[in-house]
Amino acid sequence: MTATEAVGAAVEVVDLAVTPLRELNQRLHDLADQTAGPERWRVLNPNGAHAVACGLDAKLEVEIEGHVGYYCAGMNKLAAVRVHGNAGTGLAENLMSGTVTVDGNASQSAGATGRGGLLVVHGDAAARCGISMKGIDIVVRGSVGHMSAFMAQRGRLVVCGDAGDALGDSIYEARLYVRGDVAGLGADCVEKELRDEHAAELRELLLQAGLGDVDPREFRRYGSARQLYTFKVDNAAAY
Amino acid sequence: MCGIVGLFAKSLELEESLGEHLAAMLTQMSGRGPDSAGIAVYRNPAPFGSSKLTLFSPDPLEDWEALCQELGARFGGSPEASVRSSHAVILVDAEAADAEAWVREAHPDLRVMSAGQAIEIYKETGRPEEFVSRFDLASFQGSHALGHTRMATESRVTTEGSHPFSTGLDLCLVHNGSLSNHNRLRERLRREGIAFQTENDSEVAAGYLAWRLREGASLEEALEACLEDLDGFYTFLVGTLDGFAVLRDGIACKPAVIAETDDWVAMASEWRAIATLPGAAEAREWEPAPGVAYAWERAKV
Repeated sequence: MTATEAVGAAVEVVDLAVTPLRELNQRLHDLADQTAGPERWRVLNPNGAHAVACGLDAKLEVEIEGHVGYYCAGMNKLAAVRVHGNAGTGLAENLMSGTVTVDGNASQSAGATGRGGLLVVHGDAAARCGISMKGIDIVVRGSVGHMSAFMAQRGRLVVCGDAGDALGDSIYEARLYVRGDVAGLGADCVEKELRDEHAAELRELLLQAGLGDVDPREFRRYGSARQLYTFKVDNAAAY
Repeated sequence: MCGIVGLFAKSLELEESLGEHLAAMLTQMSGRGPDSAGIAVYRNPAPFGSSKLTLFSPDPLEDWEALCQELGARFGGSPEASVRSSHAVILVDAEAADAEAWVREAHPDLRVMSAGQAIEIYKETGRPEEFVSRFDLASFQGSHALGHTRMATESRVTTEGSHPFSTGLDLCLVHNGSLSNHNRLRERLRREGIAFQTENDSEVAAGYLAWRLREGASLEEALEACLEDLDGFYTFLVGTLDGFAVLRDGIACKPAVIAETDDWVAMASEWRAIATLPGAAEAREWEPAPGVAYAWERAKV
């Protein structure tokens, strides 16, 4: 039983084999300005289309049945978007709030520049996952590719599998947690002690991602050595 | 930006409808490359002792019949030209290399698009949708094929600058990306005797592979050597007599997805090209890792 069926609320079904993508996105965008309208949506036959359900700004639930192309759920606010398939480049780019979940794999630059909200990838994420992240939380059940969390500024990246080369290169104040092997750390990224408060926040993130079975104590924590940028400890509260 | 597609048939049914599926995939990649389009199809292997040439003429009134008679006089037999738009495929009673060398020498106005046992390369400027109908792609049957839609960045939009590029007998290359050391490498390869027809960077990659293979490298070794010697961004799809191979550079900026079912293996720049194939929704799909060569070959009997 899917979440949609469990609640039993009316679901607006849009078949992209019939309805133009712009029409779907416009209808979803229109809900940002008004309260009336369907809250639950189901999108059929995305067939790798780009920019599916991007720019949402309302408390909606959108289920996408199939693989999507580039920039799915980009700039999302408030909405919960779930892809029952794989996602192309730039999934949940610049996520502001809400959640984006992908059952399969995500291509490169997933969650890039995200400012808030939660991105969950149940498969693997490719290169540059969380590049320049600015407050987004990202949980990946599988592994992430090279250059992930490049210049990451804020937020948390949780990887239950392995991380590719140059993890966290030129990182600022984001926190990285990896359970498996790290092929290599980028410039100014170092391993740090996983203290109780970190295990607690990790447990919370895993629970939010629906991965409560994963033990936070199996992870290692990585972050900035603060040698590369002009970090001043007096300003720590500002981060 | 450019678009790449590749399709490898694992069932007879798919072989029979190869062109139709290739056309649908290529059309989906039109937005990535509206300047020109091209394909390499592997089909109808030439009988033992003979070989197949695909030739291009810019002259719409080209007398292919006369050329066939010349080829017959030179190599024997009575070759016939199978003409599609600006291209003609001719079976010649000779080794592919000899037939190719003769055409280059005797008819410098013609371009040898491909030479070998099974390969046929067709390419033209203009939108991929026009290419698909002009060359009647849907009518092609074959064991495997690859295609390209080009958005030109490094050199002019011409037929010769379109992809695929022949890299030797029954070998070809399509490329998405740009190479930054192609000028120096072209000069180096010219000194090794590799000929170039354009200022195109992708042709240099094709020439590089041709040179490595000529020097005795296996396809896998030649591809791995690319990682050392080619500077720039690339996703390559390489066609061979028996299959195809995929390689992405170590940075892997240029996209690629691969999918496989019991009936086919497909590679494309984006999923929406693969989504046109039968059973795509249930296919095993993944993104090729950077710096790793992936190859599929028909089992040799």
